[in-house]
Amino acid sequence: MEEVQLMKGNEAVAHAAIRCGSDGYFGYPITPQSEIMETLMAERPWETTGMVVLQAESEVASIYMVFGGAATGKKVLTTSSSPGVSLMQEGISFACGADLPCLLVNVMRGGPGLGTIQPSQSDYFQSVKGGGHGDYKLITLAPASVQEMADFVELGFQLSFKYRIPCMMLSDGVIGQMMEKVVLPPFKPRRTQEELLEQCPWAATGKTEDRERIVITSLDLDPYRMEKKNEERQSRYRLVEATEVRYEEFMCTDADYLIVAFGSAARICQNAVESLRAEGIKVGLLRPITLWPFPGKILAKYAEKVRFMLTVELNAGQMVEDVRLSVNGKVPVYHYGRMGGIVPTPEEVSTAFNKYL
Amino acid sequence: MKEEIIIAGFGGQGVLSMGKILAYAGLISEKEVTWMPAYGPEQRGGTANVTVILSDSKISSPVLNTFDTAIILNQQSLQKFESKVRPGGVLLYDPHGISSPPTRTDIAIYTIHAMDTATEMNNTKAFNMIVLGAFLKIKPIVDIQAVLTGLKKSLPERHHHLIPMNEKALQKGFDVVQKA
Repeated sequence: MEEVQLMKGNEAVAHAAIRCGSDGYFGYPITPQSEIMETLMAERPWETTGMVVLQAESEVASIYMVFGGAATGKKVLTTSSSPGVSLMQEGISFACGADLPCLLVNVMRGGPGLGTIQPSQSDYFQSVKGGGHGDYKLITLAPASVQEMADFVELGFQLSFKYRIPCMMLSDGVIGQMMEKVVLPPFKPRRTQEELLEQCPWAATGKTEDRERIVITSLDLDPYRMEKKNEERQSRYRLVEATEVRYEEFMCTDADYLIVAFGSAARICQNAVESLRAEGIKVGLLRPITLWPFPGKILAKYAEKVRFMLTVELNAGQMVEDVRLSVNGKVPVYHYGRMGGIVPTPEEVSTAFNKYL
Repeated sequence: MKEEIIIAGFGGQGVLSMGKILAYAGLISEKEVTWMPAYGPEQRGGTANVTVILSDSKISSPVLNTFDTAIILNQQSLQKFESKVRPGGVLLYDPHGISSPPTRTDIAIYTIHAMDTATEMNNTKAFNMIVLGAFLKIKPIVDIQAVLTGLKKSLPERHHHLIPMNEKALQKGFDVVQKA
């Protein structure tokens, strides 16, 4: 049996990255996710698996190091927190325009601007609506436990490489900083160059006699070709929307009311649901695990049965817009949130819920 | 079994590490565990606190408003958390430096003279283990052996020679805790 360990979500990301055979990590320290690079530096994977760990001079540099690594088909990642992820937006848009797979992790803190260093979920829009320019999407995974922060590293890479869409793990200060039990994924060797050539024929690996030159770029001055490229990309987005939606239901089957929350807010809401249930109120919790693709269909289904929905987010109301779009006016959708790094307690959620009863 | 604990005091008193050792002991006792520190400005030069939950079943929220037990190591934290102990719960505090002691009558209040005891033992670093020993006397949710194994896991090997000293401190806390 695999060893059960106790560690922070941030530390789990670092260990999982080494274990799943990542080729490189490029980052710049920022609270509340600095433990990721600290753990990687302490583990020294360059001496064991050969994984590169590099502290870049800024987040702008680290995202372009990721772009470079990804262009050669390598499994590369960067991690940061809200202000740092804002700096990366241009590079993220470029990676999407060049259809490069990579893993990005945002351990969100309060904003806007430098904001605070405490937990927040106010980068939902930035992640799922495109924080940079152009028609693009990021596969966005929202972990709600240390175990999921570990598991979503490999899942993120798999999805990203399968569809050639960058994947964002959207975590927050609560999940990154808390310690919980975790079973780390088993060790998997890094891909050999032969495996890479076979699995990533699109990668810039050096021209050989037997094939055409590969150019990785997001630029094409011919608008007709550019539209074709966009259409092909959009068709992949439709495929992801049709096949990769993930969510978790908690006490939903007989629910008269539904709370919708992701990440740390979902953990808090689960506690609130338990105490509301103890009072005899039939409330359930739906936790989107993929924020894009968004679990809109299941919400539309619940809109047929429940009296109202309440989204609870550590922000001013962002995911609530997607929930409203999904239920299309069938039931009222309310929002409760705290901002600036304040994390609501389960009691606050119950009180907010009871206002609408 | 489910025990929700807040440990609060000054940064440097070993608040976070005490919580960590307790969490490790929970892990060894095959319980579900969460350890959620206040990592914000509190930690940077003021009070530090950590929420530790040990439970037989899956833990939902790592963030709580009220607690079964508050372990309080300075005046500010006492002011902040005395009201957050659930009726029938436990408040354990070190009277050292406390000018206005707790006043609630619906909770069980205990004192542990950990600062004085640590000074007597000529080992101020044992402070947090004395407090932990006191807590485990009141609420034996994990056994001392699990704590010692937890300590071994959370300490780097070069510090393992300090484990007997920590065991002594735990025992001391066990012996000197008092009902207020």
